[in-house]
Amino acid sequence: MTNISFPEPTITAVSKPFWDKVAEKQFYLQQCDDCAQWVFYPRAHCPHCFGSHLTWKEASGQGKLKSWSMVHRTGHPAWQERTPYAVGIVELAEGPSLLTHLLINEQELHYQLPVEISFQSLNERLLPFFQKKGD
Amino acid sequence: MAKRPKGAIIGIGELKPVRYSEGKTTLGLIAESVQLALTDAGITKDEIDGLLVGPQVGETPQHVPATVSEYLGLSPIMSNTVDLGGATGAGMVWRAAAAIEAGMCETVVCVLANKNEKGQAPRSPNRNPIREFDVPFGASGANTSYALLKREHMEVYGSKQEDFASIAYWARKNALKNPKAIFYDKPVELEDILQSPMISDPLRLLEIVMPCAGGAAVIVTSEEKAKQAKHKPVYLKGAGEKITHRAVSQAPATDQLPFAYSIPQALQQAEIDGKDLDLLSLYDCYTNVVAVQLESMGICKPGKFGDFVRSHTFGPDGDYPLNTHGGQLGFGQADLAGGMSHVIEAVVQLRGEGKRRQIPGARHALVTGNGATLSETTALVLGGEQ
Repeated sequence: MTNISFPEPTITAVSKPFWDKVAEKQFYLQQCDDCAQWVFYPRAHCPHCFGSHLTWKEASGQGKLKSWSMVHRTGHPAWQERTPYAVGIVELAEGPSLLTHLLINEQELHYQLPVEISFQSLNERLLPFFQKKGD
Repeated sequence: MAKRPKGAIIGIGELKPVRYSEGKTTLGLIAESVQLALTDAGITKDEIDGLLVGPQVGETPQHVPATVSEYLGLSPIMSNTVDLGGATGAGMVWRAAAAIEAGMCETVVCVLANKNEKGQAPRSPNRNPIREFDVPFGASGANTSYALLKREHMEVYGSKQEDFASIAYWARKNALKNPKAIFYDKPVELEDILQSPMISDPLRLLEIVMPCAGGAAVIVTSEEKAKQAKHKPVYLKGAGEKITHRAVSQAPATDQLPFAYSIPQALQQAEIDGKDLDLLSLYDCYTNVVAVQLESMGICKPGKFGDFVRSHTFGPDGDYPLNTHGGQLGFGQADLAGGMSHVIEAVVQLRGEGKRRQIPGARHALVTGNGATLSETTALVLGGEQ
């Protein structure tokens, strides 16, 4: 089992700017030029107004914890050796939600906990994980 | 009468779920399921002119209707693949009725089946946003997605582990009256469920369906043709459907999940109140999915699921008979065919063929399906009278 690697993001032409910025420890999201809504995950069109003018802008990397799970049995064998670990859904300050890995102790996890981005290296690739705000 | 697609189920066929199906193919299980449904309906395959199938991942990724038609020796004049995850079975029933009403065909077989071989956990070839934005963070598979949805319900509404465990408890208790259920002879107590291994907190093992092999088929025809059927026909009285998202991170708020539309829509078409249903045949891949549905159908206010389960009983003789076949939690989940088990149990009950688990005088059933992450939802009201 040791040579099973962590599943890497399957980057597309549309999402590449997101991952390129993450590789530089920067967190960029798309914002719609027409309706001003922020968009995640990256798209070619705005799902709110269906406008096609989305601009990459630096986002705050701040949010609140909407839900979380301590994973004991994983759906992917590479992650099993890391169990138990926490994943969660973060509602970003800009509006959209994303799923992420949480660097937070189980005892400290609670609903609406303020969290912030923390870039972590896995498989020599940086990923946008989240931690408790101020940690 | 509210507008609704009209049709009737005249035949059902269901394989007993088994944990593993060595030596079987999905196409072979499809054929077995269709044979059973034809025998039950008392018709030959020459009378079938419509075919609805599911996506058979891995075996027949494309051209599924043509592959299945050829395998079965059918030449349908209406066919399609329905791809709504666990809502596929229920979704097929109203689509069949709609196609019949549109005059495209008269008698449709809807079939789903799945093989399950030991040590062959397929790795998804997906290249969708979930694979790109969830999986690399350690969130693979449905267990974690539903755990996140359950946690949110607990946090927003204060629902407790005991409340969810009681859904699994009733499923397993009801399964003890169904010899086809995978847990027919395996009773559990509430405490066993609460103490079962934690899989993805707050979801424990016994709150999660057992993956199985199996298959199921139903035959839908026109209300006119159903009058000559061998068995008492079961009529489609109402249908509702809604899809909102795919990835759990994109799910709407707990009280705005798509069942909040699809269930009321089906009840409204059928002109029936949730309290007047005789059977709740509610899709139950995980315990928390049932909570969301009970809160979407007007018999239990949003957030009051815990109070509701503590003050009612859910067996065939209870005040709210729920998943009398054992639900998928007790019956087993043969992939997409698991969703069809809720349709088939409703037909069994409305025909009065439930034997030890028969609900006395059952006339109306709510059947639901749910796919992806509480994202693809279908609801049907089935009735024993036209």
